[in-house]
Amino acid sequence: MAERVRTGKRSGGWWGMWTLIVTEGSLFGYLLFAYFYLASQTEQHWPPTGLPILLIPGINTVILLTSSVFVWLCERCLASGRPRWSLASMATALMLGMGFVLIQLTEWQKKTFDMTTNLYGSLYFTITGFHMLHVLVGLVILMILLIWIALGYFDHRRYAAVTIGGLYWHFVDVVWLFVFSTLYLFPYLDST
Amino acid sequence: MSDVAPKPSDQRLERIPDIGCAPVGSSAERRLAELWETAPGWRGWLSTVDHKEIGLRYLGTAFIFLLMGGIEALIMRLQLARPDQTLLTPDQYNQLFTMHGVTMIFLYSLPVLSGFSNYLWPLMLGSRDMAFPRLNALSYWIFLFSGIFLYASFPLGQGPNAGWFNYVPFAGLEFNPGPNIDVYALGMVLLGISTTVGSINFVVTLFRMRAPGMSIDRVPILVWGTLTASVANIFAVPSVSLAFFLLWLDRNAGTHFFDVINGGKPMLWQHLFWMFGHPWVYAVVLPAMGIVSDALPTFCRRPLVGYSAVALSTMATMLLGFGVWIHHLFAAGLPTLAMSFFGATSMVISIPSAVAVFAWIATIWLGRPVFNTPFLFFAGFVLLFVIGGLSGVMTAAVPLDFQLNETYFVVAHLHYVLIGINVFPVVGGIYYWFPKFFGRMMNETLGKWSFWVMFIGFNLGFFPMHLAGLLGMPRRIYTYAPNMGWNTVNLVTSIGSFMFAAGILIFLVNVAVSLRRGSVSSANPWDAPTLEWATPSPPPAYNFAVIPLVASRHPLWEDRLAEGESRTSLNEGYLLMEGRETIGTTPLDAKPDIILKMPDDSYAPFFLGLFSALVFTGLLLDWRQFTVLMILASGLTLMAWLWPREILLQRIAGSEHAEAGDYG
Amino acid sequence: KDTAAPLNYFLHSAGPASSPTMVLGWVLTTVVAAVFLIITLLLTVALLRKRTVEDPQAIGPENQGMAWIYIGTGVSSCILFALVIYVLITLNTIANPTRTPALTLTVTGYDWWWKVEYEENDAARYFATANEIHIPVGEPVLVKLKSADVIHAFWVPLLAGKTQMIPGLVNRQWLEADVPGIYRGQCTQYCGLQHAHMGFEIVAQNPADFRKWLDEQRRDAAPSSALEVDTGKEFFMTHCSGCHSIRGLGAAGAHAPDLTHLTTRRLIAAGLLANTPENRIKWITHAQELKPGARMPSFALSSGEIAALSAFLSTLN
Ligand code: HEA
Ligand code: HEA
Ligand code: HEC
Ligand code: CUA
Ligand SMILES: [Cu+2]
Repeated sequence: MAERVRTGKRSGGWWGMWTLIVTEGSLFGYLLFAYFYLASQTEQHWPPTGLPILLIPGINTVILLTSSVFVWLCERCLASGRPRWSLASMATALMLGMGFVLIQLTEWQKKTFDMTTNLYGSLYFTITGFHMLHVLVGLVILMILLIWIALGYFDHRRYAAVTIGGLYWHFVDVVWLFVFSTLYLFPYLDST
Repeated sequence: MSDVAPKPSDQRLERIPDIGCAPVGSSAERRLAELWETAPGWRGWLSTVDHKEIGLRYLGTAFIFLLMGGIEALIMRLQLARPDQTLLTPDQYNQLFTMHGVTMIFLYSLPVLSGFSNYLWPLMLGSRDMAFPRLNALSYWIFLFSGIFLYASFPLGQGPNAGWFNYVPFAGLEFNPGPNIDVYALGMVLLGISTTVGSINFVVTLFRMRAPGMSIDRVPILVWGTLTASVANIFAVPSVSLAFFLLWLDRNAGTHFFDVINGGKPMLWQHLFWMFGHPWVYAVVLPAMGIVSDALPTFCRRPLVGYSAVALSTMATMLLGFGVWIHHLFAAGLPTLAMSFFGATSMVISIPSAVAVFAWIATIWLGRPVFNTPFLFFAGFVLLFVIGGLSGVMTAAVPLDFQLNETYFVVAHLHYVLIGINVFPVVGGIYYWFPKFFGRMMNETLGKWSFWVMFIGFNLGFFPMHLAGLLGMPRRIYTYAPNMGWNTVNLVTSIGSFMFAAGILIFLVNVAVSLRRGSVSSANPWDAPTLEWATPSPPPAYNFAVIPLVASRHPLWEDRLAEGESRTSLNEGYLLMEGRETIGTTPLDAKPDIILKMPDDSYAPFFLGLFSALVFTGLLLDWRQFTVLMILASGLTLMAWLWPREILLQRIAGSEHAEAGDYG
Repeated sequence: KDTAAPLNYFLHSAGPASSPTMVLGWVLTTVVAAVFLIITLLLTVALLRKRTVEDPQAIGPENQGMAWIYIGTGVSSCILFALVIYVLITLNTIANPTRTPALTLTVTGYDWWWKVEYEENDAARYFATANEIHIPVGEPVLVKLKSADVIHAFWVPLLAGKTQMIPGLVNRQWLEADVPGIYRGQCTQYCGLQHAHMGFEIVAQNPADFRKWLDEQRRDAAPSSALEVDTGKEFFMTHCSGCHSIRGLGAAGAHAPDLTHLTTRRLIAAGLLANTPENRIKWITHAQELKPGARMPSFALSSGEIAALSAFLSTLN
């Protein structure tokens, strides 16, 4: 059994991140379950303020997904030995992520209700708020990765942290698709 | 926790670990001890990441909670012993039964099993530690702090009082304005973090940390049980954390999830709670059933009958367990069709249990039982499990449950399963592994006494509860009238409860006496088959001087089982001593994959645990600035924890990003 | 029926909504007891059977004994499937009455008493009472279940299983009594301080008696005009009518049991006390000792007030 024991691509942290994603994914699953459950049981007009406007949130969705692409690109650049490019790519991703946050904040601002106004308001702000929290955590992670890339902590053979942190960011983005579909698209389905 | 060894050239990525021997006293062994041992004194105490130390702490803390919950129960039994008693006010009684349930379910039954698993997993799997030793420490600290948190308001007479499943709207602000429910809600979210972190650690440990050759069909059943429970927790815990969080928002931020007047739905709580609750009750028994499946064969002098069937049944139980939660809601007025479905699945879930029961009986039948104390507990457990399971089948019968629901019949069921399948295997497990933990045997005479007093007291106390239920006694009543026909059963129950408590007391005395005066134990006093018994008693800090190369399911019985040719190599294997190291293997067939650099002791887990508990304290007391400050402190602690260690050069201990998402 | 254990549904049942369940209970108990005995027997023999002494060091072979699992699990599965079918049949039997219910009434759970409403569709014939439900024998009765505050559960074990009363929802259950009698009911969902003392009674009567009772209940209160009664009434209107209603007197409180025909009820305070004049006074003066936390205060009354109030309440028939 004296075979060569070498670096596994999939470090413990990679496994750990996946399990975290599973449990966080379930969390969002239950949150959306709560939404659908309450929407199906309610006697109120749903959503009370009428169908949501799709334009800005739609653009914002694209922004978030694009940031995921740049995170992926950052990792690729590291792997192919182009740390400068990876740094730029990560910076772009970070900017896009922050852009998402800003646009989302203005979206919140525009709402005529808050989380205490009615049941829908509670759901809307809790779900998007929860997601926002994850985006912020994700941004902190990206920021730290950016610093570490800038400090030259990674090279083409060692960048597991970027893979793992990136995984989290992709998760945050994929979850947004579900949140977006639930809060913005589902009411259209429901109303026809 | 890294993939590579710290060598300055590119060679550091690939290295062939030395194979060799390291007998006790050799220089290699001394070096290992030096590497792995925790610093003495309070420093080591706060910073240790040794899974054995953490495991014992889990066990000890959980037992303290068992005693607290038990004393609460005994006070309740005094009140209920006779009709129309006035020992307790209704309010006191309500807080007592709520804290009793919360303590037993959340602070005793899972943590005690985490204790066993933390202690035993690396030893059983032939590893030097868990996958994430520091997360392990973190999960303990958060457990401890959340336990203290949940008890914070109890001494002030403001403890949680809405029952362990805390139905809204009774648990809402309107009917429960005090701090009690906020304590419960926040405490549960905090505890959920601990459970999640612990579960993640178990899952990754299983995938990464088995000794070479310990393929997935060779791991002990306890490992299967804990793995199944951990996977289940990863899926289920978010449900209850979310429910409690939404409740907390309702109470403190003015949202309307459960607020009936504004369209909130109390049924949402029932669903979210029990979608978690039912998987959870299996999570708190499957590892305990694993304890029996592993330890019973030792005393039967033969391997477990049907290893694969039992392992599969463990997972099948859990899988089905996600599809039965409605059986706690049969009285909620749901459509008949839904109830038919969930009633049927609740009965079908007995089939995997049947597999396990018959496997145990067959093991005893075909073996040559040695009637030592642990064996008595395990054999007694089988009987109690069957009684508890059968009463579960009765409650799963939907129309009958319309009657049984919320009566003492359910209380009887839950104690038979929880005490029968959790407490008995746990106490038996302590008798069994005590020599491994402390290097001393427990006293047999006291042991037999403790078993018989517990066994008789338990049945005397809890069997009559079935009758009380059939006589119509509702649960959660602080007193009852003398003309309801419940006087005798309650008196007997109270007497039995105290007898059971006396049995526990004997057990505790035995522990105390044996710790000092027990006869010194050899490495393998029971002649058991599994790897943990290949280490000295108690095991050294590094567990295995050389990582064993495993060739079968029963490494220490191989010669006598006359299995194939290959033999497990215990004395010769990977040495791995350039810092704290162990071997990582492939997920299924356990081929050596990487050298894992294990972290040193660290204060970070303690402080992260402390700060996150303080975050929750700040939320509870509505100290805004303090909360923000503590969140920052937690974040900084995390950063320090995660900062790439110089010694590893450019490698990042990526794993701990795991928490960054969770509470960063 | 005033049996020793009035909630004992295991041995007694009195209607088509509960009898099939009782039989199911017996069948399941028998099956379960049989399974238990068999397992106990197997376990005992396994423990105690004689073994030929061999090498004490020996370890039994691994791949053996699977027949135990196959047979045991196979037989168990068959039993379980049979039980599932039987259970589902029973569930269907009791899910709905065979005839449409002739009578519908609404019961609302309050902390910690029961409001009972009859004939909601007809404002003229509508009336509300508390803690004592009358039904005609031999007729299925539909009960609509509501809650005014937290979750309670409506349970008359001899007549039917329990159903939660959930705020914001109207649950339904039906029941039917085969024989006249008094059936005890109890709240079974934990609802706070006095969950223990949230009982009620169902009085099943012959249809004729029942109709008579309905007519009596529908009447307004008509206290005599004796002086003492009048003083008592006065006192009531100032101190009690904020919570209690009495039809015909203008007392319209809605937070407490209707007292229009108080004396016709067997028990007071949700099953806690027999409805005697002494107990009524005991209750009014010591509600918080008798039922700590109840939503009615204890009143400190002078002996004059006691006499007047007592006289007044006694006229509420
Ligand atoms: C701790 C672990 C645990 C376990 C293992 C179980 C196991 C089971 N439970 Fe239990 N249950 C609880 C803990 C547990 N339960 C708790 C805590 C509550 C109450 C919560 C509360 O309200 O506070 C509860 C409540 C509860 C209810 C709700 C009752 C009510 O509130 O009205 C129901 C209903 O279906 C139920 C069913 C079952 C079933 C069918 C099993 C099955 O898994 C049992 C399977 C095992 C066997 C059947 C025995 C072995 C099998 C054989 C020997 C084969 C032969 C058998 C036959 C042919 C029948 N349980
Ligand atoms: C692991 C879980 C567990 C365990 C071990 C126990 C143990 C006990 N439980 Fe409990 N119980 C629950 C889980 C558990 N329970 C749950 C989940 C509920 C539902 C709560 C709810 O409705 O919300 C419940 C509810 C419950 C009730 C119903 C309350 C009600 O509905 O009104 C009662 C009533 O008798 C009771 C009694 C007991 C007793 C007497 C013990 C005994 O086993 C306790 C034994 C005592 C000890 C372990 C103490 C140790 C001994 C000493 C310190 C020795 C010294 C003392 C003397 C000898 C005097 N329990
Ligand atoms: C603050 C509200 C309140 C006031 C004031 C009040 N009651 Fe009550 N009363 C209640 C409630 C609530 C109950 C039901 C208590 C229970 O059973 O838990 C009740 C129950 C009763 C009952 C028993 C009814 C039954 O059928 O069970 C009687 C009789 C009674 N009250 C009489 C009085 C009298 C007389 C007064 C005035 C001196 C009075 N109450 C004042 C709230 C009030
Ligand atoms: Cu109402 Cu319990
Ligand atoms: Cu369950």
